[in-house]
Amino acid sequence: MAEKGAKARALAGGTDLLVQLRVKRYIVDRVVDVKHIAEMNELSYSDSKGLVLGAAVPCYRVYEDKHISAKYPGLYDSASLIGGIQIQTRAGIGGNLANAAPSADAIPSLIALGATANIAGPKGKRSVPVEHFCTGPGKSVLQDGELLVSMSIPPPQAKMGSTYIRFIPRNEMDIAVVGVGVSVVLNGNSIKSARIALASVGPTPIFATEAGNWLTGKAPTEDSVMQAAEAAKKAAKPITDMRGTIEQRIHLVGVLTKRSLLSAITRAKEAR
Amino acid sequence: MAKKVIVQANLNDNDTEFLSEPRQSLLEVLRETLALTGTKEGCNDGNCGACTVMVDGRIVNSCLMLAVEAEGKKITTIEGIAQADKLHPLQQSFLEEAALQCGICTPGFIVAAKGLLDREPKADEHRVRHWLAGNLCRCTGYDKIIRAVLKAEKEL
Repeated sequence: MAEKGAKARALAGGTDLLVQLRVKRYIVDRVVDVKHIAEMNELSYSDSKGLVLGAAVPCYRVYEDKHISAKYPGLYDSASLIGGIQIQTRAGIGGNLANAAPSADAIPSLIALGATANIAGPKGKRSVPVEHFCTGPGKSVLQDGELLVSMSIPPPQAKMGSTYIRFIPRNEMDIAVVGVGVSVVLNGNSIKSARIALASVGPTPIFATEAGNWLTGKAPTEDSVMQAAEAAKKAAKPITDMRGTIEQRIHLVGVLTKRSLLSAITRAKEAR
Repeated sequence: MAKKVIVQANLNDNDTEFLSEPRQSLLEVLRETLALTGTKEGCNDGNCGACTVMVDGRIVNSCLMLAVEAEGKKITTIEGIAQADKLHPLQQSFLEEAALQCGICTPGFIVAAKGLLDREPKADEHRVRHWLAGNLCRCTGYDKIIRAVLKAEKEL
């Protein structure tokens, strides 16, 4: 990959790449199947180190993993919403991140869960917080010759819940008009911390830091959640396109932020 | 044009060797090299599910997989669903319930439905509808297809 630079692409699930090559979005000389690299197929969890998710692990392994559904339900939500069953056999969270679509269903969950992207390249290895990974539609911090190897997610704190919800016009198999991924940590009867991330309302997934920080120390009530949802709407910078208008999308950010926070609070209460 | 590669795979329970250019999709090789034209090309971009096949027991869109990725895998296409001279219960119930009109989507639906019933033989209607969301049909309106799958469950 280093040898061919921008003329090389990594093939994991191929559900984005093969379509992009067919419509000539990228003209490449080399496609490298990375599914045989052990590190890229790793899926491991420990209470001390958290989750290591190889970039070539397909969605079905994510949502069938008992640790992920128990500890990171927001990531479970994302993995089970991406494409249909056929796509989920091949497509993975790593490809969803590396493809860097503003509408990617996994990226808000990764941001909400505090994930870092582990990158390897000709100059060595580096790690980047997922909220800094995407730089524009289809663009990321990956330099020519660099490869996304895995993602690391810290172990969940006590009483932590996470949720991803999106709006689409049909029930399955569609691109998010808006998506919202959140995580909430409770401390007794107040919110210890919260992270909110938005999909499809800007050129990259958006980390709505102010909306999340505002919740710190607040009671986990519908009233607090409504106010955080208003703050999240201010972080959204959507465009009008075939999937929705600016007004509809901003409205949806409010609705989905409220619903995902309420869901994450419920999950946090049930968590150990 | 890149050199062709020899691929060894188990295709419908037969060990098979075929040649493929690295850029060719599994769908293209199934239809054009191996003359297994039961698998259909619909959209060729992963939306319609007409090209659904099973790889190691899990359903995939064969248009979104390179044929060279089939190396060492077990592939099942619509041609491998019937048992000897007897239709698979899914094929029989699709006929009985008139779950097809033009028929282009049918091989994909049957392979996808088999992928579900192999795993969850008692899937309810909601689960069947959810599982088959990656398969599009422009003729039937889906109801007859769902009825056929639920009927096949009882036969299995």
